[in-house]
Amino acid sequence: MLAVLAGFCALSVAVGARDVTLADIAAAFGGATDTIAEAAVAKRIPRTILAALAGAALGLAGAVMQGVTRNPLADPGILGVNMGAALAVVVGIAWFGMAAAHAYIWTAIFGAAVSALFVFAVGSLGRGGPTPLKLALAGTATSIALASFITAVVLPRNDIAEGVRSWQVGGVGGATFAAIGHVLPFLLVGFGLGLLSARKLNSLALGDELAAGLGERVALARGIASLGAVVLCGATTAICGPIAFVGLLVPHFCRLLVGVDHRWLLPFSALGGASLLLASDVLGRIVARPGELDVGIVTAFVGAPFFIWIVQRHRGREL
Amino acid sequence: MSASLPLGAVEAVAAVRGRASRRRRLVIAALAVLIGIAFATTLMGGRSFVPPWDVLRVLMGNDVGGATFTVGQLRLPRAMLSIVTGLSFGLGGIAFQTLLRNPLASPDIIGISSSASAAAVFAIVVLSLDGPAVSAFAVAASLAVALFIFVLSFRRGGFGARLILTGIGMAAICESVVLYVLSRAPAWDAAEAMRWLTGSVNGATWAQVMPTLVTLAVAGSLLLSRARDLELLRLGEDMAASLGSRVNFSRVLILLAAVALIAFATAAAGPIAFVAFLSGPIAARLVGHNGSMLIPAALVGALLVLVADFCGQYATGARYPVGVVTGALGAPYLVYLIIRANRAEGAL
Repeated sequence: MLAVLAGFCALSVAVGARDVTLADIAAAFGGATDTIAEAAVAKRIPRTILAALAGAALGLAGAVMQGVTRNPLADPGILGVNMGAALAVVVGIAWFGMAAAHAYIWTAIFGAAVSALFVFAVGSLGRGGPTPLKLALAGTATSIALASFITAVVLPRNDIAEGVRSWQVGGVGGATFAAIGHVLPFLLVGFGLGLLSARKLNSLALGDELAAGLGERVALARGIASLGAVVLCGATTAICGPIAFVGLLVPHFCRLLVGVDHRWLLPFSALGGASLLLASDVLGRIVARPGELDVGIVTAFVGAPFFIWIVQRHRGREL
Repeated sequence: MSASLPLGAVEAVAAVRGRASRRRRLVIAALAVLIGIAFATTLMGGRSFVPPWDVLRVLMGNDVGGATFTVGQLRLPRAMLSIVTGLSFGLGGIAFQTLLRNPLASPDIIGISSSASAAAVFAIVVLSLDGPAVSAFAVAASLAVALFIFVLSFRRGGFGARLILTGIGMAAICESVVLYVLSRAPAWDAAEAMRWLTGSVNGATWAQVMPTLVTLAVAGSLLLSRARDLELLRLGEDMAASLGSRVNFSRVLILLAAVALIAFATAAAGPIAFVAFLSGPIAARLVGHNGSMLIPAALVGALLVLVADFCGQYATGARYPVGVVTGALGAPYLVYLIIRANRAEGAL
């Protein structure tokens, strides 16, 4: 898995709108930005790092959410968590004049937390608790509502419309080391919380009663794991915009590789997410030459058919 | 049978039924009157007030200085487009919700509206089409997507949850198409497309109204003629079949009609958020559970669009498109609805 990740990192640095030679890459790592090729590579290095971090965050968040909700369709995009973060950020930009990513990380995390709580609360009402269908519907409906609020905030403000739109697509293109530096502490906290709750998620997978019987404090375990996932989603969304389906796809794939034990599944999901996002980013640069396709669009094109496939595989009664 | 019933039971049932259908007629009449009032207000009010007699004379085809242009060219097509799209969204929405027996399974959510949007945006920005060609493209695409969703999710024993979830997946694909096309578009196109994407009856022309109106007439009457089957399907497929409904045949007809309604309305005015979603449940609240919901839901849809458009234009300084207003007004109701629907296990 690490080798795959390293391979995609190398590709991400080497491939892009401008063809570069190995010598250029070596020079750029040395800090040179004299030629255009070297400058291009120098731009790609933070981009690669950001893509890997964001992918790892989303993959881990997806795995944690699927564990917490015991729901195969849980994904920060489907459940409207990314959209909540997006609305919070847009409001921050439009009304409070927040200009830089470090200003709206907190806002994004707050938005993600509120919408996650809301969707989960709404989706788990009624008989049978949070079934995949109810959660997905609650998430989608909430996303539509949030999206129209975003439009309402942005429409009268022509000055910010362009920036918001490009941010909303979800991309890692404009990455800088400064932005990564701002978001890194949040991501580390999120990774910590997520990975630490692996054992708790294993108990939760047995069902609430059994988990409680094994001495687990169910609500606390859920809370900590969800907090980790929310921090990860919020921070990633603040920097990259809402990127959907990474969190859905990766844990399923990793379950095929390492089984259902969360102590293995979570780290692998992080690595897998990083690889997937890097691969999508590279793919986006290749297919749309000489321009590029934002990574959020690529993941949606790859992820949504996969989502449909999961739905197809499940028999009706489980939905 | 009747001998074993307690005395007066038949009369009691008849009385309840009578009261219920009186309520239904009353609600329908009240909605129609409200639509009339909103329509008249839209024609008269606005940046400049036009007195009712002048409006009447314009409608009769007379030339009135200062009012012919404002009322005849600007406000009348706009009001008509609002009504026609509102009716279409209301009908299409309730048809989906009843058929799939889930109030949350409206065309906004299961990808029908978003496929029409994606196709229309693609046609405008990439193929540089306009007018009827865009509508045709949107209709073809959403029919194709609807068909795709149905084929993927059809198993023996019906659609159920699989259809809704597959639709959500398709909606995600369509939305990323929209975002992609928008990110490619030049800024002036993008601003226009964005406005359209939220649903707007701004700058309505008769050329937009006409195809939607024709579709409404054809598909709407088809739906109404199937109202009984739709009611039976609400009881469940087995029950409907045993009561003599040709389940699959009428299901296909209803779906086709509903998709056509949604697609044409979306091509004309954009996906006006939540109208298809809200009309049915609101109508159900007003009318109660008796008889077909089709007509009340259609009327509620038309009223929603008319009122929301008027509010969006004049209530604030910013001139919001109608979709922003319905989105913002709809969100709290949506929350309430999801909570209620989950409690009541899917009843409208």
